[in-house]
This record gives sequence, structure tokens and C-alpha cells, in this order.
Amino acid sequence: MEDHILLAHGSGGILTHELIRDVFARYFANPYLDDLGDAALVGELPPGRVALTTDSYVVQPLFFPGGDIGALAVCGTVNDLAVAGARPLYLTAGFILEEGLPLETLERVVVSMAETARTAGVVIVAGDTKVVDHGAADGLFINTAGMGVIPPGVDLSPAYLQPGDALLINGPVGDHGLAVMLQREGMGFGSTLKSDTAPLHGLITALLDAIPGQVRCLRDATRGGLATVLNEWVTSSASGGPGIEIEEAAIPVREEVRAACEFLGLDPLYAANEGKVVVAVAAEAVEAALSALRAQPLGQDAALIGHITSEHVGRVVLRTPYGARRILPMLTGAQLPRIC
Amino acid sequence: MCLAIPTQITEIDEQQMATVTLGGVERRISLVMTPEAQVGDYVLVHTGYAIAVLDPAEAQASLETFAELAVIQEELDQRADEIH
Amino acid sequence: MKYIDEFRDPALAQQWIVQIHRDAARRHGARPIRLMEFCGGHTHAISRFGLRELLAPAVELRSGPGCPVCVTAAADLDRAIAMADVPGVILATFGDMMRVPGSAGTLYDARGRGADVRIVYSPLDALEIARRHPQQSIVFLGVGFETTAPGMAAALLQAEADGVPNFSLLSLHKLTPPAMRAILEAGEVALDGIIGPGHVSAITGSAAWEFLPREYGIPCAVAGFEPLDILSAIGALVRAVVAGEAAVINTYARGVRPQGNLVAQQLLARAFAVAPADWRGFGVIPDSGLALRQTLAHRDAARLFPIEARPAPQPTGCRCGDVLRGVITPTDCALFRRVCSPRTPVGPCMVSTEGACAAYFQYE
Repeated sequence: MEDHILLAHGSGGILTHELIRDVFARYFANPYLDDLGDAALVGELPPGRVALTTDSYVVQPLFFPGGDIGALAVCGTVNDLAVAGARPLYLTAGFILEEGLPLETLERVVVSMAETARTAGVVIVAGDTKVVDHGAADGLFINTAGMGVIPPGVDLSPAYLQPGDALLINGPVGDHGLAVMLQREGMGFGSTLKSDTAPLHGLITALLDAIPGQVRCLRDATRGGLATVLNEWVTSSASGGPGIEIEEAAIPVREEVRAACEFLGLDPLYAANEGKVVVAVAAEAVEAALSALRAQPLGQDAALIGHITSEHVGRVVLRTPYGARRILPMLTGAQLPRIC
Repeated sequence: MCLAIPTQITEIDEQQMATVTLGGVERRISLVMTPEAQVGDYVLVHTGYAIAVLDPAEAQASLETFAELAVIQEELDQRADEIH
Repeated sequence: MKYIDEFRDPALAQQWIVQIHRDAARRHGARPIRLMEFCGGHTHAISRFGLRELLAPAVELRSGPGCPVCVTAAADLDRAIAMADVPGVILATFGDMMRVPGSAGTLYDARGRGADVRIVYSPLDALEIARRHPQQSIVFLGVGFETTAPGMAAALLQAEADGVPNFSLLSLHKLTPPAMRAILEAGEVALDGIIGPGHVSAITGSAAWEFLPREYGIPCAVAGFEPLDILSAIGALVRAVVAGEAAVINTYARGVRPQGNLVAQQLLARAFAVAPADWRGFGVIPDSGLALRQTLAHRDAARLFPIEARPAPQPTGCRCGDVLRGVITPTDCALFRRVCSPRTPVGPCMVSTEGACAAYFQYE
């Protein structure tokens, strides 16, 4: 086998077949994939509504503390299904490889995807590989699509948000965004900070089971962070959506994340997460929801951070520890490190 | 302008480069502007340079001033309560 | 985090706020005590902690021109973008500059069409890029005041010492006291006191602001950037205004000495000479910029890439200039929130997180 990805690996010829056999089929091995047919035949689904999602992953660096692009590509899609209330079942994986990518790099990513999928209890049932000219991609891009089933009785939507509902989060925010940024070439920082990349469906199932009918909606706080999710909720309906008020002091943020944000002039509320879910529950279910979350390994630091309000409709307002209130607007672009 | 943050020096090498730490985040910075800085000192870091060595006595004095105000405040509030 | 958390104590901050209102009430006169926070870092911190709202109506805070991104003239930015477009050039700069609109786009746009524009944390990182790419010409787009310029000077002098030939600077560095003076000379806004820039003063020394009480009869409190730092500076200014006293008060003594950082000042003097500079909103202010000295002329990107600076017209209706001079607050601008927002910024004050317009945008 070659050491690096060549254009011929995407040609459909011998190298393509070797790549599929020695890397993808080898690590993703499962009955659906082993047929190597044009479509995976997954058969009957459990009762409920079918949920489908797709997402592409382009992170740099490919490997970062606490994860890599492969783990991310599985968790991100699993989490997108889980926050819809679905039990994730099947994934597909598409790879865009840059000519010259070390095969060893690809193999590490695929191994990580396979392990993560196993942990998350999902099966990678179909895949695709394309190779592009050197310079036409940044090493390796992955697209994953996912399918899951929402059990009968589960129905989540921001449309169900009501004044008084409580907002919770399952742990500290900003770990992924800052862990990746500190690792970027040229930033020159060292820390023990790790990405929070993790599949959340176990935690979410436990929550939905603990307080049936009391969860209004869920959203994973990925790109744009906590602040962006909350802004999406307040602008979710044509009539303007509800208002949201959160307490700055109640939002869990790790010391390393706070410090990195001080260094770079960033706001942790806008930093990406890959293992955090924002939860809206009926006011009377707060305590039960918190205990259900805290009983899970990924929810030990769960916290009540705010509530839905009928005031300032369409806006997210942050109460500072000094008693002031300020609007938390939608982010206008990626957060950039700043010196002023 | 000018984001500068207080960090502690953990290591200094011969080229006046130092490792500083804040809340578990480390970076190499230059001490060219603060040659007097020692390991253990806190320095204000801006764009990868220490621009000032923080003076712990002055910091303490500021904090004491804040606290004194709080005491005066309480007395004022008490007096106001007595009047009403 | 030491030297941060203890200066953010909410209970103490609330007591200061009560005290400031109490002190301000002793002053006769209809209008609030009007202070200018010169520094964009203060503007940002005041928004972040929500202090503006908590101090109204006793104290009105006017933002000043201390945001290096905001005061960069569009024509200068156009020059930098033109340099980034030169084949073989890597333009390095701070993240702050990426989204600032020139007359025809931003550095982001330049990157989009293929220019090599890199965000660095430190000038030393750009020097490292120069070492790693000996075949390319690394131009540093240098913005910033007295705080930032010495590091740039040190990086240039290090490039000299280490013999790194492909590292140059487009110096848009500016000096703060001349801008402060320009505001007071113009007399467009009546100010009762100035919150002095703490990190500029770490370099220049608090003594650099003595001209404020001496020549203009107004007090200046040099302040740090944590809530208690800012509140104690405002508290000191309010007391000075009520008592009718004018002096420079250093409320950031842990980081600022009266004479500043002499080593940094020497670095500045070795690399730079004082020159006129074009400030957005002000025009050219004499002796307010830093140009490279003749001895470093071979590292002056302005000479290496002679690109004519064409005067760039102000976007129609944009009042960033008036905002930067403290003549109006952002909400007085007709474009504010209606046309101009962080998503569709018309002027630079809406771009920088330090810009007064962006800071005000976050308020109800």
C-alpha cells in the first residue's frame, strides 16, 4: 500500500478498492457495510417518526486535545439526531481527501470514527471517498448523514417554549472552541484544556425518560456557542419567539476557558461546544431535570442558567453579576483573537 | 484599547523569553521590556510581551481602599436607617 | 485568576456604584457628570459588565477615540489591502483588523480572493513566519497605540539583530495624548473628566496626562480594566469634579508608574520617529503617529511597496468621526441599528468589539 493518498485512490480502480478494503471496511466492519452494495439495506425501523440529518466537518487541526475530526463527525451527527429527540441508529460517511494526505492520518481518523460510533451505539452503513488535487482541500473533510427514530410520545420544538420555562446546560461551555483555537498553528499556547466532543444521546434519553412530556426543546450548542442557540430560539417563530434571560454568574465556564478567553479577548458564550446541550424544561420539572442530568457522566456539572420570559420578546438578555442587563446578540462572524 | 492580562512567570531562559501562566493556560512571551521580572512575578502581557511587572503592594492597597469604602458605606446606611 | 477575580467582586462593585451616585448628587447643575473613557478597552469592559446603565443618570460616559481599529483611516487600510494583494507577500496582523471596512472591502475579502493574510497573537509570531518563509515578504500591518508599538519595535530590532531580511512593517501606530488634545481643542463636547487608558499609561506613565489638569483644568484618572478598577476611577473623578479639583489620579498603581516603562520608551525611540498621522474622524493630527526611523527604512513597508494612498470618501451618513471625537453617542447616528449593525457595519466603530457603536449595539 502507498504511504500517501494519490489521485488514483479516488479513481474507482485498484487503489480505491484497496483503500476501501484496508481502511474503511476493515474498521467500520458491520453486516450492512460488508455487502459493499450501492445502498445499505437497513430493513425495518422501530416505531416512531424518522429523523434525518447531515453535517460536514472541516476542523483544523485534524487532531486536537479531546478529539479529532473523526470523533467530531460521528458525535456531531449523533447529537443533531439526539436533540431532535431521536434515537440515533445509522450513519453514512463521505470523505473528501486531499492528494498527499498521509494514509496513516486517514487511518487514525477512521479508527477514531469507528470507536466513537461503537460507543454511541450507531452503525456506519454506507460511505464514499473522493480525492481532490493537492491544495483543493485542507487534508481531509468528512460529511456524515444520520438517521434515527423519535419514539412515540416525544415531541420537541422551540414552538413549545413558554414564559417561565427553565433553561439548563449539561456542563461548562467553550471547551471545544478554545481547545481547538489554542492548538491552531501560530497561536503558541499550551494548556490541559480538552475538547468536550462526546455523543449526547445517552444523557438525552435519560432526561426524556426522567421527565416525560416536560422537556420543551433541546439544542446542541456547537458553532456560535450557547449565545447562538439561545438567539435561534428567540427568533424561532414568525411572531418573534419568546424572550430569554440568563444569569452570567450561573453559566459554568472552566478556569482554562476563562483564562484563554482573557488572553485572546474572546467570549466563552460564543465559543463552540461539541458535547453540550441546552435544555428547556417546564418550570416545575427543574429539579427533576437537574438530577437526571447530573446522574449522567456527561451531565455532572449541569446547571440552571436562566428562563424564558414574556419580556423583551425576540431577545436574549444577560444579567451581569453587577445587576446590569445587556443584550446577547447573534454573533456576526467567527470570533477572532483580538489585541484591543 | 490594549488587551493586557496579568499572568505569572513560571520560567525564564537566557534570551529573555519566559513562560507565563494564567488559569492553566501557558504561553511563551518576551521580557525584553521588563528585564527586572523574576520567576514568580506577575506581569501584564500584551501581544506576547510583558509590558509591566505588577506591584503586589499597590494591588493590596487598592483592594484595601475598596474594602474601606464598603465599611464606610455600611456606616452611612446604618446612620440613614437611624434617622428614618 | 489572581489580579482578575478579586477586582471583579460584585458586592464591592455595587457599593461603589451607590457611592458614586451619592457623591454625584452633591454637585449642582442639571446635566450629569460627563466623563470620557478614552480607551476602547474601557468601552468594551463597560459594556461587558453593564456599568453604563448602572451609573446613569448621575454619570454619563462618552466613548473616546482609543480604539486603534476604529481610528485607522480607510485610505491606510486600502494601502494594506493593496499590499496583501501583491504576489509573494504574506500580510500578518491582529485579528481585530480583519473585518474593518476600507473603501473597497476588508482584509477578509482580500483573503477570499487569494491573498495570504494571517492572524497572529504577537509580532514575534509574524517574525517566526518570516523565518519559515524566507522566499516571501512578510508585511506586518501594525496598528495600536503606545502599548502595542514597543513590541513591534522589539520585533523589528530583533529581525535586524538576527538578520531576517524579509520582515517589514506598515506602521499605522498612533500616539494617544495628541488625539486627546485634539478633542479638547475642538471643544465640541464639554467633558468633566477623563478616564485615562491604563495599558497605554503602563508604557507612557501616568505623568503623560499631566497636561489635562494643567492646560485644560480637567481631572484624569488612569484606570485598569476590571469593574472595580473602572468604578474606582469613576468614583475618584466624580469626587474631583464635585470638589472642583483637577489632577491626574492613578487608580491603576499596580501596573502603572508615574514615569511608565522606560525600557519600552527606549525601544520606541530606537525604532520610530514621531510623525503626523491620519485618524479616522479627525483627519491628520500632527505629531500623533509613529513612522519608522531612517535606520530601519529598509523595513518600512510604505517604502518597499509604494502604494499611493487615495483619499477614501466617508460612507454616506456614517458618523463614526463624530462618535470617535465624543461629539455624539452612537444612538444619535441615523444609521445606528437601522442600517448599521455588527452584521452590516457601515463604519469601523461598529466593527471592532472596542468600537463605541458595537458596544452600544448590545444595549436595549
